[in-house]
Amino acid sequence: MAAEALEVVGLSVSFGATRVLDDVTFRVAAGSSLAIIGPNGAGKTVLLKALVGALPAEGTVRWASGTRIGYVPQKLDIERDLPLTGDEFLRAKAAVARVPGDAAARALDLVRLPADVAVRPIGTLSGGQFQRLLVAFALMGRPTVLLFDEPTAGVDEPGEQGIYDLFRRLQREEGLTLLLVSHDLSLVYQHADHVLCLSRRRTFYGPPLEILTPERLQEAYGVPVKFHAHDHAGT
Amino acid sequence: MAVAAGLVGSFAVMRRMTLASDAISHVALPGIGLALAFGVNPVLGGLAALFVGTVLVWVTEHETRLPTEAIIGVVFSAALALGSMLASGDELIEALFGTPRAAGGAETILGLAGAALVIVFVLWARNALVIALVSPDLARTAGVRVERLNLLFLLAFALAVALGLRYLGVLLMGSLIIIPATTAKHLARSLRGMQTASVAIAVAATIAGSLAAPALGLESGPLVITIAATIFFVSLLVRREA
Repeated sequence: MAAEALEVVGLSVSFGATRVLDDVTFRVAAGSSLAIIGPNGAGKTVLLKALVGALPAEGTVRWASGTRIGYVPQKLDIERDLPLTGDEFLRAKAAVARVPGDAAARALDLVRLPADVAVRPIGTLSGGQFQRLLVAFALMGRPTVLLFDEPTAGVDEPGEQGIYDLFRRLQREEGLTLLLVSHDLSLVYQHADHVLCLSRRRTFYGPPLEILTPERLQEAYGVPVKFHAHDHAGT
Repeated sequence: MAVAAGLVGSFAVMRRMTLASDAISHVALPGIGLALAFGVNPVLGGLAALFVGTVLVWVTEHETRLPTEAIIGVVFSAALALGSMLASGDELIEALFGTPRAAGGAETILGLAGAALVIVFVLWARNALVIALVSPDLARTAGVRVERLNLLFLLAFALAVALGLRYLGVLLMGSLIIIPATTAKHLARSLRGMQTASVAIAVAATIAGSLAAPALGLESGPLVITIAATIFFVSLLVRREA
């Protein structure tokens, strides 16, 4: 059994009288990947925010010592005329995370974002370009854990494949632990070691084969859910 | 003073604190009123009131999670009402629009030290501020203590306002912070460009206004702001390529 990167016990988050997450328990082995799925409003984004300490929560969140988190939030509302270039944004991270300035160029290279795009104001980037910039931002500072909230939302098909390939490469080469929220069940099926399925009714946690069954999904989503299960055992 | 205003302003504008910034300066008024009533230096009274108000805003924001802008709107309108009750007549006009009277030696030194403090803070915290304005959550995961950063920024802002109290007054100092930065935001395509332009416009308007005022027989404070506003409207004619 590999060492644990994260242990979560009895995590609950409430907004006023509304309990969004109720008694969620799971653990993530170092170097593995956990997919977080569930219907809209089930608390997936709230869970990630609670894990990074951006929301007050009850229960225990225990990261392994020396954990460095890279986080890609879901969707950011950026003013179109905000005078801040992608390059400046990445260099700010380099300064705050105390990594050399050339880490920005390396991160851009990893996500395959051309340098001439990075010098434009971030509000003028397309959804997919901005998403890649955020991934580059997360990769700077040598994170040990990556948290992704719908990492490929708004990214075109080749771009999406590219980002998932990048995740796998990083996982292989740097032993990164991945936590990702996704709506794409077939990708989850392909890439995740474990699945955490949140829903208002019940929370399921286990390997994809156990969680991604028609019965379980219907219970979580409230309606029958179909997905195309590529059989890529071992990938 | 103008450099500090230009720098703080650039982040205030990017953080969408434009209206709030204007309102925040009003809180100095009750402090000035009290200081005059007790025969203390009015700038010190204004400064004290600004700091109390700033901390109040920060604590309220922290506890209620309301947007900063909303809280500042309430707190500082109240301060304006309170201040106009405490100060009266000429004193009030002076507090609102500044006075051309030269400040004493100690006050000048204090002012320069305050301006230096604001400039050093903004340059030092620049990177953390950039990340926090894009996303506080990203800043948090990058190791930035966002709440503390917000408080420090508000304090730097309050200090920048206090710097201009004597010269520009409560109403106009807020404008010297906001107008050059808004102009710069319209013109610039990068953060560096915006900050350079913001500082340049604030400094240019201040110098031009101060030099021209005696010749035209006008008060310097309102003239400085009029020049800054003129630069703003002229800048609107310059369309940057998208």
